Amino acid sequence: MIREITIGQYYPADSVIHRLDPRVKIVATLIFIISLFMFDSFIGYAIVVAFLAMCILLSKVPFSYMVKGLKAIFMILMLTVVINMLMTPGEPMVSFYKLTITKEGFRQAIFMALRLILLIIGSSVMTLTTTPNNLTDAMESLLKPLKRFKAPVHEIAMMMSIALSFIPILIEETDKIMKAQMARGADFENKNLIKRVKSYVPILVPLFISAFRRAGDLAMAMEARCYHGGDGRTKMKSLKYQRTDYVAYAISVLYIVAVVVVSRVFKV
Amino acid sequence: MDLIKAKNLIFDYIRRDKDGEVDGVTRAVNNVNLSVKQGDFIAILGHNGSGKSTFAKHINSILHPTEGTIYVDGKDTRDEQYLWDIRQTAGMVFQNPDNQIIGTVVEEDVGFGPENMGVPTKEIWERVYESLNIVGMYEYRKKSPNKLSGGQKQRVSIAGVLAMHPKCIILDEPTAMLDPVGRKEVIRAVRALNDVEKITVILITHYMEEAIYADRIYVMDKGSIVLEGEPHEVFEQVDRLEQLSLSVPEATKMAHELRRKGVPLKEGIISEDELVSELMKIL
Repeated sequence: MIREITIGQYYPADSVIHRLDPRVKIVATLIFIISLFMFDSFIGYAIVVAFLAMCILLSKVPFSYMVKGLKAIFMILMLTVVINMLMTPGEPMVSFYKLTITKEGFRQAIFMALRLILLIIGSSVMTLTTTPNNLTDAMESLLKPLKRFKAPVHEIAMMMSIALSFIPILIEETDKIMKAQMARGADFENKNLIKRVKSYVPILVPLFISAFRRAGDLAMAMEARCYHGGDGRTKMKSLKYQRTDYVAYAISVLYIVAVVVVSRVFKV
Repeated sequence: MDLIKAKNLIFDYIRRDKDGEVDGVTRAVNNVNLSVKQGDFIAILGHNGSGKSTFAKHINSILHPTEGTIYVDGKDTRDEQYLWDIRQTAGMVFQNPDNQIIGTVVEEDVGFGPENMGVPTKEIWERVYESLNIVGMYEYRKKSPNKLSGGQKQRVSIAGVLAMHPKCIILDEPTAMLDPVGRKEVIRAVRALNDVEKITVILITHYMEEAIYADRIYVMDKGSIVLEGEPHEVFEQVDRLEQLSLSVPEATKMAHELRRKGVPLKEGIISEDELVSELMKIL
């Protein structure tokens, strides 16, 4: 189950989206996320879903792969839905005990859940089609203006990319530790939530220890390969905008304009 | 001139308690003298805790000697100004393949070293392809390292060091975490480096079979070099090696036992083929 977390993993394929400049992808993802909060109508969702579907089709990443990423946030999703349903004041729809689900609450909950799902899928289109190294380069290049204020832009970007690339390794490690604990009688399937949470403590401790050890080893390996920060470093893949990248920028801008205009005009 | 020269090298690990007071001192490397010529293939053998890895980290200036000196290409490793030169001259491959791969695509990882050195973009790509070809991983250049086997990952690590164009590669137990197939792959790649590319190789290991291809073997125990010589000279001393808890290759052991039982075999048989041909002569 734990191996199914796909957030932050790269899916190798040869598609238009894969070939886009990573800077475009970051900016477009940001635009997409902002666009999610720019409307409050069903027609807005139609546009967003259509846009996202187009991106997914173009990316050649199997849709099932992206949905898998949702499993990880399932609990948060349910929590949002329940809280929104019960806490929004308005015209009552159903009520039991002292709880009432309002019409507004119902609508709000559905919208919120949809937003979260779209947000996760939308950002996973970016992470699945861009290697962490490319993402790092793009972040570094986009944040370059901050260098003037002595912000360690390269270092931050490097940390991010390492963190991303270590996710699968740490997941594998967790799996191994869990199996080792299970072999010695640990119970991860207890119905009692408190007991179950407690049983995760003996996993976290060895996981942290091994993560620190790995970090130490990796730092040594990086230094051994002459890593000394961003100064005097050349790039293997220098970022250069192609024509498709400008087109993609244009499409992203058109998209957000469309979302804003359409949802203002049609209040459905 | 010697590429690597260690003179009376001593290294102490200092353990400290919570308050930073010295709690105890462990001498990991004790008075090691060693020199390696350009193009040599050296193996350093020893069981766990013999100080072989600690010694290896000195060559690459990760650790600095407590006493004595070590010169790499004529430069003192303690001299800060040569730090990056030394690390480029003597590249290092570590034990755990997962903890030394930085890139998420094979080719990106191999390019990491040259990027740090400030090599121009076009040349980085040439170096990456060339190194991947040497270790036979060119077809995997677009793959994610997580999807490779241990032996393949280790070959990628070797390519990553090769792309820095080092004069010498130090391999710190590169096969310790691999299965027998992976071990063979890596050793084959290492031999190619030395035979074909003429790169100086320092192989640190506790598998004696891997040392038989070396030009010279050093055996370490408790931080000191206790045996040295060409492979057949070292392997002759079966009893001494077993005393040092090193396992002697099967063929050597067999020859040793047969000789003890009175079979007139010559000393210093290290490979199976050699043993077979010697036995054939007698029969």
